[in-house]
Amino acid sequence: MVTLLIILGKVLVGFGGLLLLAAYMTWMERRVFALIQVRVGPNRVGPSGLLQPIADGIKLMFKETIIPAQADKVIYVLAPAVTLIPALAAFAVVPFGDSVTVLGQKVDLVLADINVGILYIFAMAGIGVYGIVLGSWASNSKYPLIGGLRSAAQLISYELSLGMSLLGVVMIAGTLSLKGIVEGQAGMPYIVLQPLGFLLFVVCMLAETNRAPFDLPEAESELTGGFHTEYSSMHFAVYSIAEYCSMITLSAVGATFFLGGWRGPLLPPVVWFLIKVLAFMFFFMWLRASTPRLRYDQLMGFGWKVLLPLSILNVILTAGAVVFIG
Amino acid sequence: MLGEICKGLWLTLKHSFKNRVTVQYPDVKEEMPVGYRGLHKLLRWEDGLERCVGCKLCSAACPVDCIYVESEENDPEAPTSKGERYASIYEINELRCIFCGYCEEACPVGAVVLGNEYEFCQDDRGKFLYEKGDLLVERTEDHPELHARYDEKNLLTYV
Ligand code: SF4
Ligand code: SF4
Repeated sequence: MVTLLIILGKVLVGFGGLLLLAAYMTWMERRVFALIQVRVGPNRVGPSGLLQPIADGIKLMFKETIIPAQADKVIYVLAPAVTLIPALAAFAVVPFGDSVTVLGQKVDLVLADINVGILYIFAMAGIGVYGIVLGSWASNSKYPLIGGLRSAAQLISYELSLGMSLLGVVMIAGTLSLKGIVEGQAGMPYIVLQPLGFLLFVVCMLAETNRAPFDLPEAESELTGGFHTEYSSMHFAVYSIAEYCSMITLSAVGATFFLGGWRGPLLPPVVWFLIKVLAFMFFFMWLRASTPRLRYDQLMGFGWKVLLPLSILNVILTAGAVVFIG
Repeated sequence: MLGEICKGLWLTLKHSFKNRVTVQYPDVKEEMPVGYRGLHKLLRWEDGLERCVGCKLCSAACPVDCIYVESEENDPEAPTSKGERYASIYEINELRCIFCGYCEEACPVGAVVLGNEYEFCQDDRGKFLYEKGDLLVERTEDHPELHARYDEKNLLTYV
């Protein structure tokens, strides 16, 4: 009974926190953008505009849902959920704190510590793409279709390198479990041993979450809204929450693999974890405000001709180092 | 490429420490510069007489025909303006006005000016028809900024 309650509590705290964080990322993104563009940003609703995400949520809920006449209605409605659910589910294996004692039981602050954790995350990220492709296909409109095609091609190209970039850490740690990887970084974070891997990971992470400079699937200037052009009201909100959730999840993966997860001096582990995730998120936003979008052929060329060879090189070098140095 | 991205990041980082350019509008209101073309005003002379002599030049100059003037002879005993005639009806349809400023350039006596006021939203189209009473200033001394627009020869100082 107690175990069940604890599991329930963990799920509520984990996913509730993730959704709340995702909603507040919209606020943070707008504030960071404003900061860089010498503006103020949302500051009217609540102190410093902190209630803005809630106001936005309420507004979107009361907006009319528009489904194009030619759309495949069932798939059109389901597609945003197909993106959101894997984005949430992927977070389940990320440890967000050290173990704590609740009601006399030792509780690990991770929703599910499975021994193939990182494979699970990739599997979920892979399913998430289906949501984008299905949504764009079901809209039966030109812009979303192009956005969806770009998305499919981009994610196939960059997922390989993303996996490869983490392989170095997996080899050093000798485990696929994220909890094990955090434990392996007790001495020093893996970014010290895997600087190239970290760099590759950050680049692939941007491409994987469709963020600038790799935001070709949504490319406002050429495809209006890309894959979600036809979406409105809550369906649209679900897409954007899913995007922020997958950003947070990948930031959490990055923090776990390279920056030592929840480890850190003085402050409680959960706080350290949040700081590291937010640092990644800030970098996402900062980069989006600073870089122009890549051209499509540049994107493909960069993925296959630069990133993939580099990540393979990184894997070989790390493998050699692990075998010969130990 | 990495170098250029770092350069861009550094630039945006520097920008985020600059002073904000945003004006928190309803709370903070900016002083409009001399020559700002807002809501029209009809001016008076220092002795209280109306400047407008009802010559209809502003109406003729207006590219969208939004000024309507009717003039009458001044009563010699108690004149309304300094000329022979004065405007008995003076209406501006602010909804049609494009705030080009031709009326104030056309006026020979510097009577009509585009003032500093820019907050005149209405909830009804009819309310945008401003009559003489709405446009005429009460006392000259209250509007030094509008008089500052004309020199002693009644020529606009800023065009
Ligand atoms: S500002 Fe231009 S449009 Fe407006 S009343 Fe004067 S002349 Fe007409
Ligand atoms: S405002 Fe000036 S131009 Fe217009 S009728 Fe009066 S005196 Fe003539």
